[in-house]
Formats: sequence, structure tokens, C-alpha cells
Amino acid sequence: MTRNSQAAAESVFREESGRIIATLIRLAGSFDRAEDALQEAFTSALATWPKTGIPTNPAAWLMTTAQRKLIDQGRRERTQREKEDSVRYEIEAFRPATEPELETAMHLPDDRLRLIFTCCHPALNQEGQVALTLRTLGGLSTPEIAKAFLLPEPTLAQRLVRAKRKIQEAHIPYEVPPPERLPERLASVQTVVYLIFNEGYVATAGDQLVRTDLCAEAIRLGRVLRDLMPHESENVALLALMLLHDSRRAARIHNGELITLEEQDRTLWDQTKISEGLALIEQAVRRGPPGPYQIQAAIAALHGEAKTASETDWQQIAALYEKLLELNATPVIALNHAVAIAMSSGLAEGLKHIEQIGASGQLDRYYLYHAARADILRRIGRKKESASAYSKSLELATNKVEQQYLRRRLAEVQNRPQ
Amino acid sequence: MRYMLLVYSREQAPAYPESMQQIAEGHRRVMAEAAAKGILEGAEPLRPATTATTIRPQNGKSIVLDGPFAETKEQLAGYYILNCKDLDEAIEWAKKIPTGCGGAEGCIEIRPLLEQPAHLMVQAAHH
Repeated sequence: MTRNSQAAAESVFREESGRIIATLIRLAGSFDRAEDALQEAFTSALATWPKTGIPTNPAAWLMTTAQRKLIDQGRRERTQREKEDSVRYEIEAFRPATEPELETAMHLPDDRLRLIFTCCHPALNQEGQVALTLRTLGGLSTPEIAKAFLLPEPTLAQRLVRAKRKIQEAHIPYEVPPPERLPERLASVQTVVYLIFNEGYVATAGDQLVRTDLCAEAIRLGRVLRDLMPHESENVALLALMLLHDSRRAARIHNGELITLEEQDRTLWDQTKISEGLALIEQAVRRGPPGPYQIQAAIAALHGEAKTASETDWQQIAALYEKLLELNATPVIALNHAVAIAMSSGLAEGLKHIEQIGASGQLDRYYLYHAARADILRRIGRKKESASAYSKSLELATNKVEQQYLRRRLAEVQNRPQ
Repeated sequence: MRYMLLVYSREQAPAYPESMQQIAEGHRRVMAEAAAKGILEGAEPLRPATTATTIRPQNGKSIVLDGPFAETKEQLAGYYILNCKDLDEAIEWAKKIPTGCGGAEGCIEIRPLLEQPAHLMVQAAHH
């Protein structure tokens, strides 16, 4: 029973804390006070539920209790203030909501939308945006976030404190931006979600390639964003993109080694995720013109649909990268385009493109540039040049699993056993 | 909430005198609009950084130095103080303010004023 209610409390907390905290922040006018109140409510749940049983609506129970804690807090602070009359603090008016109001608030998406736009406000730095989004909307604890990013806890705590302080002191509004500012602000929200996913998909450091926890969290946030603004086609496309990438997770590592898309055992791909991703792309296409996420999802879908590596429609993929380049001409996208050309129109042609991109020098420090070049040189049989490009890539790669893969390739082109 | 909008510009001789006029006109428009909304609390242009003097306490003395504190390409050229609802409103105003004085380059830094409780301000005034 005790274990049961503890598990129930934890699962409700995990699932519902984003929704509850979003409303509490609006009521309290403060992230910190809302978090304290929710933490207290959670502690109460752990103490009460084993005795009384799990309430029929656990989320509503937590919300009501947290709101009561908020009122108590307000009272304590008022008494405190009266004692310290010499210094007056500015405290925003706080009107307790009635229970029916709370009930309604929890089922309206508005508060969570307010929360996500505030957490991803461009006036916060990106590290702060990511940490705050995971902490509040994702309901992850500070140690959990620190662990996911392989950072010391104090660093993460500091980021959260700085972000919350800026919101409070610079008066970053707790609201959904008006239509004229929405596209720009929504893009910043999507960036944060995709950044979390990418950090999970290829961890920048450490000995694990994939951080499953971050991928799962990003997909969960992607679902929230899609549910909150389903008419935004790029929200739908972003979710599709993440699901399609994630579908290959089990096939990407074998015995601790990185397996490239070409060499993956495709029977290990998660077909449920692939079909959900494909269905979402269709929805996205119906809802709006192709944006960057829709195009990237379409590329991931072409990989997902190919039964073998040789059946991949590289021609179509190259065309999609060209479209993506029109929207966003970055050297990294140009590099992917060049690889698709190598696979569809011939290695020599692809190599020409890659070296053109390299000429600008912008990708000199990007390990995947050297890896892609090395890969094509290896296929052409120019082993010496390939080896020096693999070495360069190896110097720059920071993930241990990727380093190991590059080392294997390097040994291969040097004709020596690893 | 009051915000100071610090205007940073590159101090070059204007390529075309008419662009200088356009910039001045841009500032007048922003000031007029903000004043009409009742949120303009102050706005002044500064003379170029070549007129700046920096005073720095050192070993109990004050050293007087020629020039601005930081030698950067963009110099503080003026400021606005606007009373806005929140940071988003301040950002909208900042987008309207011309930043170039001559070369059309520069930026606006938005800083919330540290609003002192009224009675502390009075105390400060009496000391």
C-alpha cells in the first residue's frame, strides 16, 4: 500500500507537475513560490495518501493542496513583512482561486502555453531556456537535469536561479505572445525542444552515445507542444522528426559500438514510432507549407521507409536538402546535401561539393565535416587522404562512442587491425 | 516598470548628411509616440565618446582619465527611459529606436531600473 501510493504520487507528479506548476506560477506571480508550494503539496501527498488511499483525482488533490500552501506562504510573508517594516518588499497581489476555477484552469491549455513561452523567451540564454523548460514543464529535478547533461549540480542550479531571477527582475511577461510576435517566439520554443532531443540523441560528451532520458523528455514536450497548438504544422512536423529519429535508437549501437545508418539492422527499428511519424508528416503537410522541421521529417521518413540501405531514395533526399538550404543556408545543411549528392549522383560529384563547402573554412572545427569527407574518400579508395581526414575528425569528436567508431574506420583505411 | 534603453552606436562621420537627418527624425518620431502614450520619462543624446572623461578611484585617490571606460567600436550615444508594462513592450520600443549615428550600426541594451521603495528614495535625498 505504502509503496503503491508512493509510486502513484511519483507518477502523478511526473505526469502532471508541468500542468500544475504552470497554473501555480500564474497565481503566485513567481516561479520560486510556485515550486515551493508544489514541493510541499507533494510531501503532503506522500504523508497522507498511504493513510487515506489515493484520491480519485490525484492531480486535482495536488493542485488544491499546493494552492493552500501558496496562501499559507503569502500569510507568512505578510507577517514577516509587518515585522520588518523598515524594508518593504514589492509583492504582487495574490488572489486565491476557488476550487471550480482551479478545476477549469487545469484543463485549459493556456497556463502551460504561457509557461513554455516564458521559459523559452529569447531574452534568456539558451542554457537557461533548456534548464528551465526541463525543470518546470518537464518536472525533472535539478539533479536529474544535471545528470542528463553531465554537469555538476551547482552549475545547473545556478542556471536555473539566473533564469528565474531575470524573468522576475526584468519582468518577462507570463503570457502567450500576440499573433504578430508568435512565429518568431514559437521558433524559439521549437529550438529548445529539438535541442533537448539532439543532446539526447548524440550526447556531446561522455561514454554513452544516446541519453534515452533526454530523448523521451523531448518527445514528451513535443507532444505537449503539438497538443497545445495543433494547428501549427511545424509543431506536428517536429514531433514526427523526433519520433522518426528515435525509431532507430536500438539499431544505432551494437556491443557499445556506433552503427551507421547504412550498416544498421533495420529489423531493430521501432515500427510503431515510424508509422506514427509518417502519419504525423501527412497531418503536417495538410496543415501548412513545408517549414524546416517538415522537410527534415520528410528526409527522416525516406530513410525510415527504405527496407534496405540500397533502396534509400537518395535523389529525393538530395532534393529535400536543397529545399532546406533555400530556407536556411547553413554550412551544416550544405554538408548533408553534399552527402546526399554523393549517394545519388556519384561519389566524385559529392566530393566536389564537400570540398567546395570546406573551402570557406567554416567547418574546419566540425568533426562531422572531416568524417563525411573521409567516408567518401574511403569509398573512392583514396585511402591515405581518407586516413588523414579520419584522424582530423577523431581529434575533434567529443563523444567516446563516436571516437571509437572513427578509430575503427581509421584502422580500416590504414590496413591494420585495430 | 521603468526600463533604460541604452543606445550604442558606431561613431563615424556620416556618409551622407541626409542619413544623419533621417536618424534624428527617427528619434523624434519615437519620442513623440512614447510621449503621446505617456510612457516617456526621459531621452537624451550624448556628445561623442571623444568628450568622455573617466574617474577611477585607485589607492585612495581618484585618477582622471581621458576617454570612455571601455574602448569598444560601439559607444554609448544616448538613452531613453520608458515606463513599460513588461520586457516585451520595452523590446518593441527598442526595435523602433535608430541606433546609428552616421553608420547605421549599433544596438540597444535594455536594463530595468532598480526601483527603490519610495521611502528609501526619500531617505537617500535627506542624507
